[in-house]
Amino acid sequence: MSNTVYSINGPVVKTKDSPSLSMLEMVYVGEKRLVGEVIGVSDGLTTIQVYESTTGLKPGEPIAPTGAPLSVTLGPGILSNIYDGIQRPLREIAEDGGAFIDEGVSVPPLNSEKKYQVTLKVKPGDYLKGGMVYAVCPETPAVEHRCLLSPLLEGEVVRVSPDGAYAVNDTVAVIRTPDGAEEALTLCQRWPIRTPRPVAERLSINRPLITGQRVIDTLFPIAKGGAAAVPGGFGTGKTMTQHQLAKWCDADIIVYIGCGERGNEMTQVLNEFSELIDPKTGRAMTDRTVLIANTSNMPVAAREASIYTGVTLAEYYRDMGYHVAIMADSTSRWAEALREISGRLEEMPAEEGFPAYLPSRLAEFYERAGYMVALGGAEGSVTIIGAVSPQGSDFSEPVTQNTKRFVRAFWALDKALAYARHYPAINWMTSYSEYMEELGDWYKKELGEEFLACRQRLASLLGEEARLMEIVKLIGSDALPEDQKLIIEASRLIRVGFLQQNAFHADDTYVPLPKQLGMMKVILYFYDAASPLAKKGVPMSQIARTGVMDAIVKMKYNIPNDQLSKIDEYYPMIDEKLASVR
Amino acid sequence: MSVQILGLKEVTGPLVALDGIKDVGFDEMAELILEDGSRRLGRVVEIQGDKAILQVFEGTAGVSLHNVRTRFVGHPMEIPLSEELLGRIFNGVGAPIDGLGPIFAAKRADINGHALNPVSREYPRNYIRTGISSIDALTTLIRGQKLPIFSGSGMNHNKLAAQIVRQAQISGDKKEKFAIVFAAMGVKNDVADYFKRQFEESGVLERVVMFLNLSSDPIVERILTPKCALTVAEYLAYEKGMHILVILTDMTSYAEALREFSSSKGEIPGRKGYPGYLYSDLASLYERAGIVEGSSGSVTQIPILTMPNDDINHPVPDLTGYITEGQIVLDRTMDQNGIYPPVSILPSLSRLMKDGIGEGYTRGDHPAVSNQLFSAYARVQDARALASVIGEEELSDTDKAYLNFGRLFEQHFIAQDFSENRTIDQTLDLGWDLLSLLDKGELDRIDDEMLAKHYDPKRAERFS
Repeated sequence: MSNTVYSINGPVVKTKDSPSLSMLEMVYVGEKRLVGEVIGVSDGLTTIQVYESTTGLKPGEPIAPTGAPLSVTLGPGILSNIYDGIQRPLREIAEDGGAFIDEGVSVPPLNSEKKYQVTLKVKPGDYLKGGMVYAVCPETPAVEHRCLLSPLLEGEVVRVSPDGAYAVNDTVAVIRTPDGAEEALTLCQRWPIRTPRPVAERLSINRPLITGQRVIDTLFPIAKGGAAAVPGGFGTGKTMTQHQLAKWCDADIIVYIGCGERGNEMTQVLNEFSELIDPKTGRAMTDRTVLIANTSNMPVAAREASIYTGVTLAEYYRDMGYHVAIMADSTSRWAEALREISGRLEEMPAEEGFPAYLPSRLAEFYERAGYMVALGGAEGSVTIIGAVSPQGSDFSEPVTQNTKRFVRAFWALDKALAYARHYPAINWMTSYSEYMEELGDWYKKELGEEFLACRQRLASLLGEEARLMEIVKLIGSDALPEDQKLIIEASRLIRVGFLQQNAFHADDTYVPLPKQLGMMKVILYFYDAASPLAKKGVPMSQIARTGVMDAIVKMKYNIPNDQLSKIDEYYPMIDEKLASVR
Repeated sequence: MSVQILGLKEVTGPLVALDGIKDVGFDEMAELILEDGSRRLGRVVEIQGDKAILQVFEGTAGVSLHNVRTRFVGHPMEIPLSEELLGRIFNGVGAPIDGLGPIFAAKRADINGHALNPVSREYPRNYIRTGISSIDALTTLIRGQKLPIFSGSGMNHNKLAAQIVRQAQISGDKKEKFAIVFAAMGVKNDVADYFKRQFEESGVLERVVMFLNLSSDPIVERILTPKCALTVAEYLAYEKGMHILVILTDMTSYAEALREFSSSKGEIPGRKGYPGYLYSDLASLYERAGIVEGSSGSVTQIPILTMPNDDINHPVPDLTGYITEGQIVLDRTMDQNGIYPPVSILPSLSRLMKDGIGEGYTRGDHPAVSNQLFSAYARVQDARALASVIGEEELSDTDKAYLNFGRLFEQHFIAQDFSENRTIDQTLDLGWDLLSLLDKGELDRIDDEMLAKHYDPKRAERFS
């Protein structure tokens, strides 16, 4: 029984009378063996979406089934690699086929020749359950790879190879499953990308993902195992924000998905991450990073798959007990890929042409985030940070609105702020984080009660400022009484001195939490100290002339991250300068 | 001898359907031979069993179900490539229209191209000096970048593009080979003429490859025009080691052609009737800018698009902005005030400039100056909004200083003559002169050391 191509419309290929193909099965299409996936089965026609360009494909060419759903290969060698949307290694493709990507290239995802120094963790007679560790090896100098038994297997260990150097496809142990069959265990396993990897238990969220970005850590924190969305029109700094988070957040592993974005940007990530030294391990950032690059001109169907490929890789490392953060840039391109394929399938469109199943697909994706106990007993987390590129910068469009329902931290990027080159352009009035509640205890324990109190005062000052600015817009700031002018000036200190952060400044690009707290306290100390003066009617211009506010604004550059004691010098400075006004 | 198929099954708009095909590939080219012997080109856009749907480039006027024979050529659309292309003029699908005869092809290439592997890209860092202050200082153009001009009907985007071409060429290293690929899509004859004349005047005509699809030419050809142009650009850049500047005008007409074609195919429309794949389609063009590792050439794109109704949120500028590495936005009010080039700097942006400016590229103080100019000009807008409510007289002294700064900034920094070619030093010094109009405390984006070196209220006296 042979399956052949019947019709072709862009990436959608149909075949006639192929009852043997099953839903979501991976197939090879045509003489060039293009990778495809079955997305619709009926008794007459079977629909396949092809992950590569179908130019030149002819009706009558063969379709080869693989009998398995679209899967990724999990094993050592994933980290520091760069893949396309269906886990084909782009470096090897470039070595084989040159700078431009041809169709039908077939390169194994993991280097099958590289040997790893493997230490076996089991002995004959041990009984292994799914998810348990049977071997470990150093994958990169920074990360130990733990080989986990596939969640679908269990059995008694029969034979174990001695410790030593092995490649990913070498057998290191053999188990006998309950039905008596022997299974050889290598260093790698396959897992279907659309099925979440099973876990023992989902834990409640109580630890923040520390990013070193003041507006996020202080005002709108995200928890380990949480999900956040970064929506913003073009040029508002979504990608920049994602890069900063990838570089500085305290996750063990970073999965960076460039989904339908710019080629030059992916090259930049590659260059920057290999030059950047990770402050925790002292090694290159790439040692703990995996990149998935499906740029906007690469086939649209693979763009749809790239999100799932990324989250499956993340879950695998989570099961080893690591904290993984996923940056998906951008989920709107993924949603558009869904829309494009849905259109080719002639499905009934819902809002703005997006398919009606958009919300459920988004929910499925974001729900794969979480703080879990893996089957093997280790605790790990997957945190998802998805960029959203709303059409026409209009947050009421379907992708933004539906994403909002499934994430609990929302960092809205603002065009007006970006135009004024206020970066990160996260708007403090429209953004929110629901995680503050759960994380309150952690902040109290680590930084003391005052952190939350300061944060609250900061937020209310900004709220007050927004209200006053409405008035200023109508009558000008000169008409306000001095104490209200002080609120505006203090808020300017918060905006420029605190919220604005310079990603290109050595000290300002990452700011530890104690410094964030210190900066808040200095600003609030100034406000409290200047309040009585303002009430007395001392003009703000007189206070400004002392240069005290300039000093506070530049505090972020003048206090090195390793000399936080310098913060204490600011209090007497403020007292002294204000005393001179009196 | 390949098989010819007699007759058609259906004709709708630019599309024809025919039956009984065999061994025909998706995207393959076909030739339609009419009874009178005239020939038209077509391309397979859909196959269903033994039925194929073709788009016909020259349109389907005069085609009936019986008067046509179709011959499939066995490969996708290809274009002949050689260095001889320089100085030649072609129609939208690469046929010569300058009367100088056919091209002797050194090689032929599929116009669809292939996606450039991100690991084989080289991150663009070399800036191109355009001699235009607003671009050089604030939205620096980088070799290998795609930086569109967002304009509107009636504004002088063509003049700006011509100036960039002329001045960017002069400042380039003499040893490096430089060429221009110009693709006109749905533009008026006069516009094509204007560019031709400008190329001639700046003495680059023999280094230009022109593809002209005028507004009266078939839309199906228009869809292929940028693909042909970019295939030529890639060939000259990566195989012949040249620095290529590609000018694509007008991308809005291109998108409209795509919409017309999509609707005649009966596809489900997305936003404003544009097909759902508009983003992927535009990306397949814009992403062909770049630098390949190990090659000495580069492809830099300056697409021009007119925003319908000056609306930056219209799908075409919107999606373009998400793909390109920034944008240069022109502003109608400034244009009406006689400021040329009318670059509206706040929404304009160059994403690649951060890594291509500063010490070792332009000048050490460039990042700080541009940052400060942006933020000061943003303050100008606030002051203007306030002045329009309460009147200029009532403003605080700071706001008045900003108003003055804004006016002088537009007159001296943004505005410049069509033939004025400023060096980067001239541009940045001018920036400092203007910043010196403001109080020192207002310059919060510049560190003290740099301020001490450059800031001097005396510099601003030249404006009084």
